Amino acid sequence: MLAFPLQFLTTIGRTTRLALAATGQFARFTASGLRACVQPPFYPRLLGHQLLAIGYYSLPVVGMTAMFTGMVLALQIYLGSARFSAESAVASIVVIGITRELGPVIAGLMVAGRVGAAIAAEIGTMRVTEQIDALETLSTDPFRYLVAPRLIAAAITMPMLVLIGDIIGVFGAYVIGVNKLGFAPTVYIHNTWDFLEVMDVVSGLVKASVFGFIIALMGCYYGYQSRGGAQGVGAATTSAVVTASILLIGADYLLSEMFFAQ
Amino acid sequence: MTDAVPKIRLKGVRKAFGRKTVLKGVDIDVAKGESLVVIGGSGTGKSVLLKCIIGLLPPDAGSILVDGAEVVGLRGRERAEVRRKFGMLFQSAALFDSLNVWENVAFGLIEGRGMARREARAKAMDMLARVGLGADVGNLSPSELSGGMRKRVGLARAIATEPEILFFDEPTTGLDPIMSEVINELIVKCVRELGATAISITHDLGSARKIADRVAMLHGGNIVWEGPVAELDKSSNAFVDQFINGRAEGPIHVEVAAG
Ligand SMILES: Nc1ncnc2c1ncn2[C@@H]1O[C@H](COP(=O)(O)OP(=O)(O)OP(=O)(O)O)[C@@H](O)[C@H]1O
Ligand SMILES: [Mg+2]
Repeated sequence: MLAFPLQFLTTIGRTTRLALAATGQFARFTASGLRACVQPPFYPRLLGHQLLAIGYYSLPVVGMTAMFTGMVLALQIYLGSARFSAESAVASIVVIGITRELGPVIAGLMVAGRVGAAIAAEIGTMRVTEQIDALETLSTDPFRYLVAPRLIAAAITMPMLVLIGDIIGVFGAYVIGVNKLGFAPTVYIHNTWDFLEVMDVVSGLVKASVFGFIIALMGCYYGYQSRGGAQGVGAATTSAVVTASILLIGADYLLSEMFFAQ
Repeated sequence: MTDAVPKIRLKGVRKAFGRKTVLKGVDIDVAKGESLVVIGGSGTGKSVLLKCIIGLLPPDAGSILVDGAEVVGLRGRERAEVRRKFGMLFQSAALFDSLNVWENVAFGLIEGRGMARREARAKAMDMLARVGLGADVGNLSPSELSGGMRKRVGLARAIATEPEILFFDEPTTGLDPIMSEVINELIVKCVRELGATAISITHDLGSARKIADRVAMLHGGNIVWEGPVAELDKSSNAFVDQFINGRAEGPIHVEVAAG
């Protein structure tokens, strides 16, 4: 009779121990990554390369999703607000929704899929083909050479991507508002500007930077830990994207509370 | 040769992966300027042994001394300082596929030693020539090379910084007999002319006889025999005899399904 609960407790104990070990390992990885971002040697060439790979080449994805998000947002808010005759608020609600929330979150999820996966796959392949071992034997710190440029590039380029995405999203909403919902162009633009506060945009950009850091960190972490050939790299890629997405939404809540909850 | 501090000394080095113990307590000394060849069956932990010495894998127990100083447990700057003494050819070559061939060879010079790119490029091309690769190969990407070419690029990268200690993990595997001979001579030259200390792993006994001063055989997690290369054939050690004569019967059991 006692066997079952005992076994159950042992399982819990083991799981907890494994979870704690993994947390400790992750914390150490993060600390080493952050240290590598601020301590020389730096690799400007690699940083430039990552700025392009992470930032520039994500523009089409982020721009297109932002466009459609703005369009659908305008439509839905118009239909919803018509229930209590508040259609005039569409432009203001759209711009606040995009800058504070949807801009950074949707761009974050897209970049997690595109960049997080690419980082995990690249670093994971380097790990299983012993390239990371080779880096170390050639007196080069993989954290400085591989991790830091990706962390910095993602944290820098995500706010830029989101700013551009915000503009495109608001433009998408404007197109629908003016062409489909019958707003006068000047009125729509007025309503967009008049209620927008600096903090709306700034909070979104700070979120974006944190999201970028999370995405690159998860990509690097899972790639770095990957074991066992192509299958291991595949698993690392999945874990990187899934974990980054979950952490990103969690961080979104915390940051929103930090910025706006009184 | 034995009175001086050995370049590398291993005492009771143990390494396990999960429940699987690969190294059970390896003791070995390598004198300065000596070329040791490690032989042993596939999967006996030869590559793991090299990775423990160079600090890529932490041993579970035991001590590793390089120039008389303990290196187990070193981290950060101290570890980097020791690493500069080493050059390693990986079994899989482990070329950086984001860089082209000459950048691979010059990597240690540019990143490790801070040499200017132009100068490092010239040196890299020179190294490539020494392993029998022309200047045109220098601008290829590693994915465009054959297996044997990758090996040679890996070798050029390992010796480019002229380290004090060289590790070669199966340097001639996958090479034709003529190229194997060129590589053997190159390794001998590195040891004799540069005064490097070398540990090589090979299954190629012809190659072992050429490059070794001393041979050690790893089996079952221990060094079961070591001695001068001249004594390889008269070792009267059952493991060594079976290995060098390539017999299926003997103390080394190879598990295969009976068919
Ligand atoms: N990182 C690792 N994680 C888990 N097990 C490992 C790892 N590296 C090596 N092993 C195991 O250790 C054993 C020894 O591996 P090693 O690569 O040293 O063999 P080897 O003697 O070099 O063989 P070969 O001649 O085929 O190259 C193998 O059984 C391998 O499965
Ligand atoms: Mg091996």
